Amino acid sequence: MRALVAALVAAFLMLVPAMLAAQTAARSVAEILVENRALVEKPSRQSIGPVIAALAGSGDPQAATILAAWADRGLGQRKSDGGFFLIAPNADGYALTALDGSDAGTATKSEITELRPNSGVRGLISVALVQFRLTDPDPARRAEALATIARDPAPELLAPLRASLDGEADPALAAQKDRLNRLLTLRFDPDSAARVAAIDSFSGDLGLDLRAALNPLLATVRKTAPLAAQIDGNIARDLTPGDDLPQGEAYDLLVAANLAPARLSPADLKAALVANIVNGQVAGTPVAVLNTQVARNAAYTALEAAGSVPLAATDEEVTQAVAAHRFAEVYSEPDPAVTTAATRVLKAIETKLALMQAADLGLDALSLASIYFLAAIGLAITFGVMRVINMAHGEFIMLGAYTGYVVQLFIPNYTLSLIVALPLAFAVTFAAGVAMERLVIRHLYKRPLETLLATFGISIALQQLAKTVFGTQARPLTSPAWLDGALSFNDVVQVSYIRIAIFVLALVFLVVFLFIMQRTRLGLEVRAVQQNPSMAASMGINPDRINMLTFGLGSGIAGIAGIAIGLFAKVTSELGSDYIVQSFMTVVVGGVGNIWGTLAGAAMIGGLQKGIEFLNPSNTLAAQTYMILFIILFIQFRPRGIIALKGRAAGD
Amino acid sequence: MTRSFLARNPSVLVFLSILALFTLGVTLLSEAYGTALISTSFIKTLGKTLCLCLAALAMDLIWGYAGILSLGHMAFFAIGGYMIGMWLMYARTEEIVVAALANEPLPATAQEIQNGIAGQIFGVVGASELPPVWLFAHSLPLQLLLVVMVPGLLALVFGWLAFRSRVTGVYLSILTQAMTLALALYLFQNDSGLRGNNGLSGLQNIPGLAGVSQAAVSVWFLWASAAALGFGYLLLAWVVSGKFGSVIRAIRDDEARVRFLGYSVEGYKLFVFTLTAIIAAIAGALYYPQAGIINPAELAPIASIYLAVWVAIGGRGRLYGAVIGAAFVSLLSSWFTGGRAPSIPLGFYTINWVDWWLVLLGLSFVAVTLFAPKGIGGLFDLVQGLRRPDRKGAALGPDDGALMEREAQE
Repeated sequence: MRALVAALVAAFLMLVPAMLAAQTAARSVAEILVENRALVEKPSRQSIGPVIAALAGSGDPQAATILAAWADRGLGQRKSDGGFFLIAPNADGYALTALDGSDAGTATKSEITELRPNSGVRGLISVALVQFRLTDPDPARRAEALATIARDPAPELLAPLRASLDGEADPALAAQKDRLNRLLTLRFDPDSAARVAAIDSFSGDLGLDLRAALNPLLATVRKTAPLAAQIDGNIARDLTPGDDLPQGEAYDLLVAANLAPARLSPADLKAALVANIVNGQVAGTPVAVLNTQVARNAAYTALEAAGSVPLAATDEEVTQAVAAHRFAEVYSEPDPAVTTAATRVLKAIETKLALMQAADLGLDALSLASIYFLAAIGLAITFGVMRVINMAHGEFIMLGAYTGYVVQLFIPNYTLSLIVALPLAFAVTFAAGVAMERLVIRHLYKRPLETLLATFGISIALQQLAKTVFGTQARPLTSPAWLDGALSFNDVVQVSYIRIAIFVLALVFLVVFLFIMQRTRLGLEVRAVQQNPSMAASMGINPDRINMLTFGLGSGIAGIAGIAIGLFAKVTSELGSDYIVQSFMTVVVGGVGNIWGTLAGAAMIGGLQKGIEFLNPSNTLAAQTYMILFIILFIQFRPRGIIALKGRAAGD
Repeated sequence: MTRSFLARNPSVLVFLSILALFTLGVTLLSEAYGTALISTSFIKTLGKTLCLCLAALAMDLIWGYAGILSLGHMAFFAIGGYMIGMWLMYARTEEIVVAALANEPLPATAQEIQNGIAGQIFGVVGASELPPVWLFAHSLPLQLLLVVMVPGLLALVFGWLAFRSRVTGVYLSILTQAMTLALALYLFQNDSGLRGNNGLSGLQNIPGLAGVSQAAVSVWFLWASAAALGFGYLLLAWVVSGKFGSVIRAIRDDEARVRFLGYSVEGYKLFVFTLTAIIAAIAGALYYPQAGIINPAELAPIASIYLAVWVAIGGRGRLYGAVIGAAFVSLLSSWFTGGRAPSIPLGFYTINWVDWWLVLLGLSFVAVTLFAPKGIGGLFDLVQGLRRPDRKGAALGPDDGALMEREAQE
């Protein structure tokens, strides 16, 4: 009886929209509301749909305002006569506006019942409102509505979207609407041909939104059926147990489909045995010997024979059951034409995507390489040209970064502070480098291993000093606003402006280094001292002064690199030690004493690391490990690096 | 040539007797076997220091005698610790799991015990199966063999690759440092099979010795560490005193000339590199049960540089120098960082040694390198009236690792 009533009510509700549609042509919103007063007063998601549709389709210019007000608790009912008004809270209670837009005075709070639709109903109202927003005269509102649809696509949005296509005047918005229309069509249109056409229209598109729309179409589930029967649905591919479907998983599918009894897990078996312990024995076997799986299986078989436990599937039965069924992956999308088209288009996209990802990876590698190059270029001078192992190089990088941080404390304008910090960082680390050269390294020029240890001592002292002064927590070095964001070529290939800036900085340093070394008096003298200090000295060059300046230059560049690194990494006292080993490897792999070698080394290390990360994206630690192993092997084949100096310049 | 080994090396007898006296003294002052004047934790510190001394001995052989500044020996030290730690952790967990499963109504199968151990050990990294590297962890003899074999083979392969392609001097230092970093990064991964950055812990609980107090166990480990140090000293003194020692010193000072004389320089270097790696690994295997925990941070390249620092401060190229340096610096370090050193109030600022100790160490290290290349060991030369060779200010040889005139002894 109740079922019959429910069915009748349902049938009536389905008739309502048709009746309303017939009646509502050119009627005012007020009339519709009054007619459906009962539904409006106590709306529910199931029943209110036709009323909202009628309101939206009424053609009343006030319809959008009233719907929006309804969803936003801005619609009220006067208790005395049941009339609907737009309400706005004021000092007395509510200011009332009649539904045709005219002022209707005020009312106290007790005279008015606020209409409070629940969230389901509000959802329906907002869908209905979309069509008003899509045709809103304000382009910003229209763009907003499009963004809403793109975020939560739903079948019922398709009709209003299509209706708004023709009237769109703004060409950009029109293109956006057209794209969104096709995206919705390929998912929700009832006509298969229209969906296929929509899918094909996207061929070669790289948009993330397209992939997000296509992928759900190709979602599959695994299904099984007895050999005699067919698997219904849109089959993606047949699965062969043991080949592309493990035996165990195949049997689990059978169990899930109630086509076979569940298998006995070791834990269940154990529980069954424990439940059947009688006088320290299970089916005649003493408990003490049940310490192997074989003995336990035997005991269970004995229990099965006695009928005290349910039969469990043996391995043989499992094999038989699996062999007696067919397995397939089935698309959840029932239409084969759509899935075929989607597969075709996705495949084309994937090829293009792979190319784009390779380009993106190349950009990533380039940016990592420029970071390594920046960190290593100072070392290329001190280690490469002077053969001095400066373990404190990393701490000079840190010093530069902290200089940038301190400058930002005094100059709040980030652009200006950066302009001040760059030369200041150079000056600070230049001074530190010169001091260190004068005090320590000068005495150890013939002793590279001792230099290594002495500069290490300075390194730990500087690190600890930084920790004492600035604390252990990371300090921010904020980049100016014009460096925020990313240069985006499409949804796949993009590179942040900071990385571009670092790349440019690396290029600038390369040019400056080459200019100093090749075109200036200082560079000439540096090269002369590097090749043969005593001969250089007899030519009137002061090797002491040159060594000091060279070391200062290398250290100063480390300071500027510190600011660049600090812009994208947090400034801590360990900042430098994170880069020191990589920097040394960059110089050694590239070839000592040659700036082009350092460049090649940085490119190789950066490219390798990104390449390995691409093959194993979840694990950057492994990437670094394998990269270092590769470098150790590489040194075997080119012990002097990629670009090895020859002859006199090689120094031995 | 007829003089006996001990007569040629008087320092051996002196060193061994001091070590024996020290061990006896500590034992008599310990909580377990004496007057309880020294706390158990300090006995552990002393035991650990002895292990560090042994590692420093190995470092002295490779750097002070053979001139190879390896920045990777603490990696071998840590690998030794990992190898013994695997057995300690496995056996200890097995005891716990077996005890827990004994309450079950059915006796446990071998598989259940295995699963229980794996779950206990690898639960923290989200795995539940024993990785293949734990294949031998159930057996103490096999794992002890691995303490020697794994670092030995690693050193052999790495050394063969490096020496074969004539990587020397600072390049070798950087390469060994890279190897250490690669190892550390590898172990930091959770799927390395050694619990990632959690490392191995609870190593101070020796399986089968649940009834023995930590006070007694710590003294036993002190004895074992002292014995290992004594044997290590004896072995290395013997190695460096014969012809072999002369050859490796010659390689240190002038490798090319030794090669022209017909010696297989690579063979000698490879032997020394592997031998010292094994000694460092044994030291590590004794150290970590006393420390109780090992994690990949112990492999950080900086640890190996510290090892070189100890040897340099003690005086390289003399075995007792390495021991003195390691003992002096590591004990001083634990005194300063343990907060026991009194702070120095300067009125406007108070020097807190926990913060400033590293600064002091770094600067004193620079000072030793510059002004006292002989290190602390040089004091003994003063007492004995030993002079340094007269090279007119030049080093003993042209190589990077050669001894300076000022640090050599005649």
